[in-house]
Amino acid sequence: MALYSEKVMDHFRNPRNVGVIENADGVGEVGNAKCGDIMKIYLKIENDIIVDVKFETFGCGSAIASSSMATEMIKGKPLSQALELTNKAVAEALDGLPAHKLHCSVLAEEAIKNAILDYYKRNNLPYDPALEEACAHCDEE
Amino acid sequence: MQVYADNAATAKIRPSALKAYIDTATQYFGNPSSLHEVGQAAKEVLENCRTKIAAAIGATAREIIFTSGGSEADNQAIFSAARLGAKKGKKKIISTAIEHHAVLHALEKLKTEGYEIVLLPVGTDGIVNVKDFETAIDENTCLVSVMLANNEIGTIQPIKEIGEICKAKKVPFHTDAVQAVGHIPVDVNDLGVDYLALSAHKFGGPRGVGALYVRAGAPLFPLVEGGAQERGKRAGTENLPAIAAMATALEESLAHLDANVKKVTKLREKLIEGLSKIPHSALNGDRKKRLAGNVSFCFEGIEGEGLLLYLSDAGISASSGSACTSGSLDPSHVLLAIGRVHDVAHGSLRLTLSEENTEEEIDYLIKAVTEVVEKIRGFSPVWRDLQSGKRQYIL
Repeated sequence: MALYSEKVMDHFRNPRNVGVIENADGVGEVGNAKCGDIMKIYLKIENDIIVDVKFETFGCGSAIASSSMATEMIKGKPLSQALELTNKAVAEALDGLPAHKLHCSVLAEEAIKNAILDYYKRNNLPYDPALEEACAHCDEE
Repeated sequence: MQVYADNAATAKIRPSALKAYIDTATQYFGNPSSLHEVGQAAKEVLENCRTKIAAAIGATAREIIFTSGGSEADNQAIFSAARLGAKKGKKKIISTAIEHHAVLHALEKLKTEGYEIVLLPVGTDGIVNVKDFETAIDENTCLVSVMLANNEIGTIQPIKEIGEICKAKKVPFHTDAVQAVGHIPVDVNDLGVDYLALSAHKFGGPRGVGALYVRAGAPLFPLVEGGAQERGKRAGTENLPAIAAMATALEESLAHLDANVKKVTKLREKLIEGLSKIPHSALNGDRKKRLAGNVSFCFEGIEGEGLLLYLSDAGISASSGSACTSGSLDPSHVLLAIGRVHDVAHGSLRLTLSEENTEEEIDYLIKAVTEVVEKIRGFSPVWRDLQSGKRQYIL
């Protein structure tokens, strides 16, 4: 379908890092079923490095592809680098998304930030308060 | 395997209609408004087509206006009745919550112009309650508009009964019959309608052509100005090849109507049986009072766009009422109107069959949909929550 780039279709057809991590060190969930998009990210973290990441997504083709691409982009990376991942970078890595689907890449960025925030909170680690704000609007109805 | 199951979006053009299109475009290239013989020959074809289309719905030729399709026909009927209503000081229009956007958006526009728009609800079966019209219609009502068959869930509305009420209360009655004509018997006098919109590409004609039936004496104002075509009600040189193809397609549809309905209903029932076996799924709309070819389902825990894309990869053409496919945050207004909550309405699938589909294709559809739903549920956090009990099943 010409609606999406080949890259999007590849990640939609063969999503990378699909699944759940039992005993994850950080879990982030954003979106809501009412709006038709939920993204859930599971992180396994060792020495501030994301050693494993998995995702589950309820949403359209671009939401699935965005989750897949975003998890690939942070796997094996230090948390500091994962926190710098922007929705723009995810969309660009997918060779672009249609304008009305850009929010899918935003969800991916927010889900990752949310998962990292969860990790910091669980371990009573210090974090930039701006991170709370970045996730604050995630659960709005 | 390639399976086309989106006939309610557009049905494949019938070979006989395509032939009529080409023959007319080649042999009758004249302008029907020209006085010379070439033009008059085209005019004769035009009027023959008008007679055929009229006969197919129990009307007379003078009551048929050719349009660019169903949307234009709906718009012209609604704006005409509204305009006459305003002249009489009547600015209330009664319609339903499940109309096509060609009707709903026209009504929204009228609302901004000071009209009172009443959209009556439907039951969970997707059918309006006739009694609601008795109470809703008052002396200020200038139009009632109710679709004959719904485009998403295929439910057939009690137009004849509503028509009787409108007649008794002397209120003009319009029906959007775009999904119905060529698929169920349609007779304007039996239905008691004053306006009826139809579209060629829903019954094997070409896209971009349709017709409006207007009962003799009912008001009609042009949407397009610029010439005396269609008795001054629709300017612009007539799309004669498309009109000829539409007439041919309609004649052929009706010639085989009973046999096709019987065949397609059997395929539909088999498909409904098969898809019902998918856990936590539900058919949308009444099981019996629906178009022969319409199968609409909701599957809990998934979103419809991914379903369509995976099915497309499997060679299947289908459609959905999910938000992602509608381009807004809200899923289909029709699914919401029958009481499906947002979460469930996002996971909808519409398969619309024709007599060209086969039993083998139905088997393939059931298998593919079952597999794809399972695949998507496999990575859906909503499905996980449903299974773990964190979220309650609705279906």
